[in-house]
Amino acid sequence: MSALDVGRRRVVVGIRGLSIVIGLRSALVGAVVALATVFLALLALALGDFPMTLAEVVGVFTGQVDALPRIVVLEWRLPRAIAAVLFGAALAVAGAIFQTVTRNPLASPDIIGLANGSFTGMLVALLMLGGSWPLLTAGSLIGGLVAAVVIYLLAYRGGLHGFRFIVVGIGISAMLASVNTWMLLRVELETALFASAWGAGTLNSVTAATAVPAGICIVVLLALLPLVTPAVRQLDLGDDAASATGVAVGRARLAAIALAVCLVSVVTAVAGPIAFVALAAPQITRRLTRSPGIPFVTTGVVGGALLLGSDLIAQHVVPLTVPVGVVTVVLGGGYLVWLLIHESRRRA
Amino acid sequence: MGTIVAPAVRVGRGTTRAAWIGAAVVGLLVAVALSVVVGANPMAPGTVLDTVLGGGTAESRFVVWDQRIPRTAAGLVVGAALGVAGALMQAFTRNPLADPGILGVNAGAAFVVAVGITFFGVTSPLGHVWLACAGALVLTVAAYAIGSAGGQAAGPVRLTVTGVAIGAVFAGLTTGLTLTHPDAFDRMRGWSAGSLLERGFDVVLPVLPLVLVGLALALGAASGLNSIALGSDVARSQGVSVRRIQLVVLAAVTLLAGSATAVAGPLVFVGLVVPHLVRWTLGTDQRHIVLGSMLLGPVLVLLSDVLGRIAVLPSEMPVGVVTAFAGAPVLIALVRRRTVTAL
Amino acid sequence: MSSPTGPPDSPLQAVGLGVRYDRRSVIDDLSVAVPPGSFTVIIGPNACGKSTLLRAAAGLLPASAGTVLLDGRDIALYSAKDTARRLGLLPQGAVSPEGITVAELVARGRYAHQRLLRQWSAADESAVTDALRVTNVADLATRPVDELSGGQRQRVWIAMVLAQQTPLILLDEPTTYLDIAHQIEVLNLLHDLNGQGRTIVAVLHDLNHAARYASNIIAMQDGRIVAQGPPRTTITAELVAEVFGLANVVISDPLTGTPLVVPADTRLPHPVATGASSSSGSRAGSRAEQTI
Repeated sequence: MSALDVGRRRVVVGIRGLSIVIGLRSALVGAVVALATVFLALLALALGDFPMTLAEVVGVFTGQVDALPRIVVLEWRLPRAIAAVLFGAALAVAGAIFQTVTRNPLASPDIIGLANGSFTGMLVALLMLGGSWPLLTAGSLIGGLVAAVVIYLLAYRGGLHGFRFIVVGIGISAMLASVNTWMLLRVELETALFASAWGAGTLNSVTAATAVPAGICIVVLLALLPLVTPAVRQLDLGDDAASATGVAVGRARLAAIALAVCLVSVVTAVAGPIAFVALAAPQITRRLTRSPGIPFVTTGVVGGALLLGSDLIAQHVVPLTVPVGVVTVVLGGGYLVWLLIHESRRRA
Repeated sequence: MGTIVAPAVRVGRGTTRAAWIGAAVVGLLVAVALSVVVGANPMAPGTVLDTVLGGGTAESRFVVWDQRIPRTAAGLVVGAALGVAGALMQAFTRNPLADPGILGVNAGAAFVVAVGITFFGVTSPLGHVWLACAGALVLTVAAYAIGSAGGQAAGPVRLTVTGVAIGAVFAGLTTGLTLTHPDAFDRMRGWSAGSLLERGFDVVLPVLPLVLVGLALALGAASGLNSIALGSDVARSQGVSVRRIQLVVLAAVTLLAGSATAVAGPLVFVGLVVPHLVRWTLGTDQRHIVLGSMLLGPVLVLLSDVLGRIAVLPSEMPVGVVTAFAGAPVLIALVRRRTVTAL
Repeated sequence: MSSPTGPPDSPLQAVGLGVRYDRRSVIDDLSVAVPPGSFTVIIGPNACGKSTLLRAAAGLLPASAGTVLLDGRDIALYSAKDTARRLGLLPQGAVSPEGITVAELVARGRYAHQRLLRQWSAADESAVTDALRVTNVADLATRPVDELSGGQRQRVWIAMVLAQQTPLILLDEPTTYLDIAHQIEVLNLLHDLNGQGRTIVAVLHDLNHAARYASNIIAMQDGRIVAQGPPRTTITAELVAEVFGLANVVISDPLTGTPLVVPADTRLPHPVATGASSSSGSRAGSRAEQTI
């Protein structure tokens, strides 16, 4: 513990000249939410057409149950649960980066419209190139990245302003959305339904074969996060102040946005554009931890819990099975609207 | 608290403005002519003219009278409605980025229509109209109320993002609804791209009175909007009843955006682009902007539709795709200017 | 007028500097040097390029022509962190993140001294403690910045710049939006810091503050430097009339003897009789009448 009282509990962990600072409240929130995630995961493993008790699920991991439950849990349900946690974390961290870099709580990949770019790429792959999974994944990755680059270039004008970035994103997004609707019009009803479900964001099609490579990508990308975090933190102070304290603002921002776009694109490629996790998770975390700025690690944990919880609702609570994106758009969108009302009341 | 902005100044002299309005009328006539003459079935202009005047073959009569003329009528109604709705929203919210599509009004209308189709088996065009108007009303009120919660005028970005967020929620709900009801999905997807294809008089005539009422209300509110452009405090001090103008504008936007959405589906950017084009040529007087948008809106929609018919032969590109591609660059150009100020 | 190259030991100088916003040239071929150990104040009317010069001098804006020399070397050649270890800047429009405490904000000034795996050291700790003490905000260390008064907040921001531990500090309008007592408080603080050996460069709007506190004045107009030197020789009625277009009289500050600018009373239909520097005063008066 450092002797300097900053008005907040924090720990400096250090050996031999190396040190990192950890906020206690953020760590505590992260731990509690992580525990909740474990519980939700057990629930996700137990629920389904082949219902099991929590004890049986735990038994699977301790090796006490026979073959069928093992297959159900380990091969059917576990990949989906892990994917939900990792994808949620990836989206949440990406959202945290976008919101910090633009200093705008409303900037998120959803509003900016990377999702529509990914969907366009996926539809092009599906309708024109046949549409095997690797092709769809590649199409969606390329679509999202191209949309991000185009938006960045169009919004860049002697610097990047948060609001210009958002509005340019909205414009490009609307354009792509109309193209997407049009492409859906030109195909068989069944294909269109399939594409639309993916376009809403779903974990239904997640299998070990798609989840494992995506999961590895996400883990690698998240491991790069500490490289950009300190500089991105300084951007909280405004571009000029960040620059004056020694941040190469343009480079730091570009690196952070690139990381965020990659995270979103990997998730979207496998699960489609799952809306509003990126937007809601950072804001929820900031309120829970009461920290200045958005703590990235805790946000990731919260995002994982959010998506896993939403997927449980989508599978088991809603009468008809719906894509998880429909649940997150309603929950997250409702939260956003509340946020807008709340923030303007506070300002007045 | 509104900032005081320079009052509406007439940029052009009366004669210049008359010339521009004349040009808009000529443009409208050209657009109508093109919409009747050009199409996937190539016909000589002479044949078309002959058919319009009562001659022609059975086939040409079918193409012209049953397809192109109703479709042109739909384009006229939709274009005028959206252009004026956009002009009203921009003046009323003092937000240069306001547009029924961007602010989610269309998405709200689409959602209510989807509910009607899915749960109540609504199939008649008139049913669509009422549902769309109801959705448009709720969304217009919600976007403005939320964007300006706390008693201050909503800033352009704030209002835009609010609208986008609400629109996204409703679009998500529509998706959830239609994905679980394949029939409704099939019926909705033709409508939700924004198209004038096969919109006959049976669709256009029921909405015509609503659009006319909406346009009349818009013209009536225009001079009040000139005062509101200076900020609601200034407007009040000039003796304008801000509350009454708000109600009239709300009613007009609801009727116009709802009707247009019911006919053509959610078309984005028409309401954004048209008032800006008008403002560049006719100045900032709302009366001229409303009038100009009424003329120029149909020009944009009809030309986009004509382009959509011939761009990707033999199939057809919905007019909504064309307007999105025409409109997005305008939006981006607007925000790339140094400052986006409230109007 | 400024000499093309300043004293060789100047910590910060511009040589033939040009700066553009978009395609518009704001500063063109400007040369100036900040004397070491000085309290330099940049004055000039709105939009004359004061802030632009300050931002360019801090390396925030790229030079379109010429160079900025920091400790004798082109500032573009330093890394961002290197620059931040030599030069601190308090920009306009810095934002404090919601809920951040005073000590946390001041600690953000240590960025240039930290590394990925050394986020907090004894040096960081003592720099932040010192900065809090010198700016007299140590008692507020645990309070959220949002809750402070304008004057307190400005001292906290200055503390953040101090925590950077740079020999050279630039401030862009540090007293704007403060009431008169807080303005004086901030200026006294800058004076003390200058007395401790730091070179201070500030943009100020109030000429009389500039005259009282500065050891060196840089007067700007239309992106050019009109005058530079000690206040007593630079702040004259002629200069103020020329640069600000203001009819005025310059008298001696009764407390410090530094120049004190008093605007002429232009409300009267006939010229007022003035005590000091009457010839320049009346010339400026006729000039101002033309502008009005």
